[in-house]
Amino acid sequence: MSPEYKGWKEIPIAGVCWLPSTEYKTGDWRTYKPVWDSEKCIRCMLCHIYCPEGAIKYNPETDAMEFDYDFCKGCGICANECPKEAIEMILEEKE
Amino acid sequence: MAKIAQKVIALSGDEAVAYAVKQCDVDVVAAYPITPQTIIVERFSEYVANGEVDTAFICVESEHSALTCCLTAAATGARAFTATASAGLALMHEVLGVTSGCRAPVVMAIVNRALSAPINIHCDHSDSMAERDMGWIHIYAENSQEAYDSIIQAFRIAEHPDVLLPTLVGLDGFVLSHTLENVNVLPDDAVKGFVGERKFPLVRNHEGKMIPFKLDPENPLTIGPLDLYDYYFEHKRQQEEAMKKAYEVIRQVHEEYAELSGRRYGNGLVEPYRLEDAEIAVVCIGSTAGTVKTVVDELRGKGVKAGLLRIRVFRPLPVQDIIQWLSDKKAVGVMDRACSFGGNGGPLFHEIRHALYDLPNRPPVTNYIYGLGGRDTSPHLIHKVYQDLQRIAETGRVEQLVSFIGLRE
Repeated sequence: MSPEYKGWKEIPIAGVCWLPSTEYKTGDWRTYKPVWDSEKCIRCMLCHIYCPEGAIKYNPETDAMEFDYDFCKGCGICANECPKEAIEMILEEKE
Repeated sequence: MAKIAQKVIALSGDEAVAYAVKQCDVDVVAAYPITPQTIIVERFSEYVANGEVDTAFICVESEHSALTCCLTAAATGARAFTATASAGLALMHEVLGVTSGCRAPVVMAIVNRALSAPINIHCDHSDSMAERDMGWIHIYAENSQEAYDSIIQAFRIAEHPDVLLPTLVGLDGFVLSHTLENVNVLPDDAVKGFVGERKFPLVRNHEGKMIPFKLDPENPLTIGPLDLYDYYFEHKRQQEEAMKKAYEVIRQVHEEYAELSGRRYGNGLVEPYRLEDAEIAVVCIGSTAGTVKTVVDELRGKGVKAGLLRIRVFRPLPVQDIIQWLSDKKAVGVMDRACSFGGNGGPLFHEIRHALYDLPNRPPVTNYIYGLGGRDTSPHLIHKVYQDLQRIAETGRVEQLVSFIGLRE
């Protein structure tokens, strides 16, 4: 187990959460990773609306859809909903 | 000697439990009636209807819901009690683990009754023995007086900040639950003072604040959420640590209660009876110990060095006391009122033998399974156990490791 995890003497009892849920990175659950194609994308924002994790945002300064891979679980809903097939789910290689 | 005057009233075991709960300033009682526990709930609902207690009494649709109500009430900081037996306890099984995992100090009376099938309403210990590994403290009473005393102690033990484990008090169905006995009861204010208010250790919440360990909208806290391979194991280890700390807490609470009431049950964990110089010893749980004591007296009258070790607390298992009291015996017979089918003996037998295994000269330990489904356990039957132990002590040979006694072939 990774050294950043705490031991049983250090953590509160009864599963009490001692950190907010934003500290719980669920990105490592992912098998397939969404990859965005700027050319195909029409900025309709459906992926942003449908993402159950709130992990997709539009950056007006760069005019790009940004994916937060710390929290994206790779469910593929964004790719499924995209009307222009601008999101591709690719198998993620892990160390 | 007791410090204060006590009333003697005739109570059945169930009534004694209800009376104790009435005095313990309980906030929530949620229960579902089942024989032979029903009288506990009936009496307590009368106390509520008469305005004798300030307790929310929740009538639920099942035992699963009864314990869920108590668990959640206890998580908010309330003092909660329930009672059940047999199939009711089996239906609660899932929530027993949730309660201990959430470290909710619920107190529950188990009126020990056989499990179906065939359906049977009488006493054995198969119901609570099946809950052995659910993270609850197990205390077993020998008589109604002890059931009363143990309920009062149970709240103090369960709610102790070093422990925070749910606690069950077992009493034998019908043998105790439905039999009138003279019970000494403490004055209401003495019990209230003894049990006191719940205390809450501080825990760090998700906002980084140290707050009391209870659900409170002013100080938000999450208890018992999802826990995967990253932290589940650590939380289970904490429960084991709480059990270790419970030994001392149980002894201290028992001692403090003994000073108040004048009643003492061994050291609170085990109760030895004429065991110091005994050569042969029986180990048992619950009301049968009363019969065994009578037989021990008879045998002592005949010069047989017989003794008894009654296990009052089964979880945490008082390993050190078992070693201390049994290591020098010539033969030990463990009486189990439950059978672990296919397990080569009953649960108490396994644990007593396990406790003695590391001794360089451990005594032979045999098992006597008795009284299933309320089968009468007479002094005659216990005499036969001691005869068997005498033979083992003399020859050093165990002919039969596990025997079923009081059974027709």
